[in-house]
Amino acid sequence: MATRAVVIEDAKTGELRQAVYEHPFLVRFCHWVNAVALFVLVGSGLQIFRAFPSFGAKIPQKDLIDWPKWLAIGGWLGGALQWHLTFMWIYIATGLVYVGYQIFSGNYKQVLFVPRDVPDVWPMVRHYFFFGPKPPAREAYNSLQKHAYTSAIVLGALSVLTGLAIWKPVQFSWLAWMMGGFHWARLWHFLIMWATLAFVFGHLAMVVLHGWDNFVSMLTGWKKNPEYPAE
Amino acid sequence: MDGRKFKSLTRRELLKLTPVIALGAFAIPRLQMPLLKAGLDFSDWASARLFRSEHLTPTFADSDLTPFDKFPINDYDVNDPQVDFDRWTLTVSGAVQKPGDYTLAQIQALPKFMQNTRHVCVEGWDVIGNFGGAKLADFLSAIGADPTAKFVTVACADDYYESIDMATARHPQSLLCYEMYGRPLTREHGAPLRLSIPTKIGYKQAKYLTDLKVTHVLEKVGYWEDQGYSEFYGL
Repeated sequence: MATRAVVIEDAKTGELRQAVYEHPFLVRFCHWVNAVALFVLVGSGLQIFRAFPSFGAKIPQKDLIDWPKWLAIGGWLGGALQWHLTFMWIYIATGLVYVGYQIFSGNYKQVLFVPRDVPDVWPMVRHYFFFGPKPPAREAYNSLQKHAYTSAIVLGALSVLTGLAIWKPVQFSWLAWMMGGFHWARLWHFLIMWATLAFVFGHLAMVVLHGWDNFVSMLTGWKKNPEYPAE
Repeated sequence: MDGRKFKSLTRRELLKLTPVIALGAFAIPRLQMPLLKAGLDFSDWASARLFRSEHLTPTFADSDLTPFDKFPINDYDVNDPQVDFDRWTLTVSGAVQKPGDYTLAQIQALPKFMQNTRHVCVEGWDVIGNFGGAKLADFLSAIGADPTAKFVTVACADDYYESIDMATARHPQSLLCYEMYGRPLTREHGAPLRLSIPTKIGYKQAKYLTDLKVTHVLEKVGYWEDQGYSEFYGL
């Protein structure tokens, strides 16, 4: 892995510390724009859902849940649609730039979950959830992190595809058909939102657990005191 | 590397992210409306580009139909504007060779088409209904609509109003609908004449039609569009 690493010397104490350049600019930029877009899309999406909070028939209508208005964005259906139809483009654009950059730069190698990562999954799960010993860190991302970040991209792509099937069920009738029709596409879109939220909550919990240096690395790109041996 | 040099390096990297703050413009009340309008307009532009005149919406078997009594009735103020059927006509105006008042019998004299299509509401529900009527394209030919005109606008007995782009109006599945489920339209469903345009969202399929105008420029968009909904909303 061609990670840029430096040794920093503290001017006063002379103490030596390591730092690695973990997140290239475009990755950080897309991450933060995408985070804002996802926040708006979930909030406005829930307001849109409030207009018909069911996945069954209109008559008789059986509401799934009375989602609170203060946990939604847009104020009413029309407002929420404006937010949703604006930020979906931002979400798609950052997603495409991110994936494109990862492919062309080769940076995807540090984050893409591949079959080789499978044997490392169970020890990592044991560590995170069952207080097992911590497996040694060999690279920037462990197998579970790779799994999470790769899943997030897959979920992002699926949310766009299911959204497209809802927005354009006639022009993309084949897409809606693959999802079981417009009616089902709407349910998939909703479920994929919850799966994405599950990723976000797990992600935020890990950010809190991993401390300040790790958080700062998504702002500056540089991570001080990496847990893995930098080259 | 010197500690201070590293600090200035990371500060530079942090400053590169400042364009992200531009998204904060959406939180400024004065900018929010125009920005969201631009987003909606862009989506409408993309919608119009995605529309294909020859692409048909899926049709369904009779066994897939939502039962007539389960077909929702949405209205924006009244579901029966007390239309006097005996004196009803459709008043045609604008860029047409034969303006004037058209009776239901004149519209029914055009070839009749029946189709089982999905009706999608902006709220999120959808039903499959049976709609019968004359092709809007045939009626536009009958009234001698200017082939270069861009819009068809309609006004309704309940003061509702709507507009349809010409490509959609001329789509083979766009109907001037006077029957649902093989029976004359009931009052709640828009008697005596409504639009059934399965390539559009529900609110564009106006009921209780009284006026139809062919225009080159969009004079009136639509009731819900004026409240902030999408102008094009093609499915």
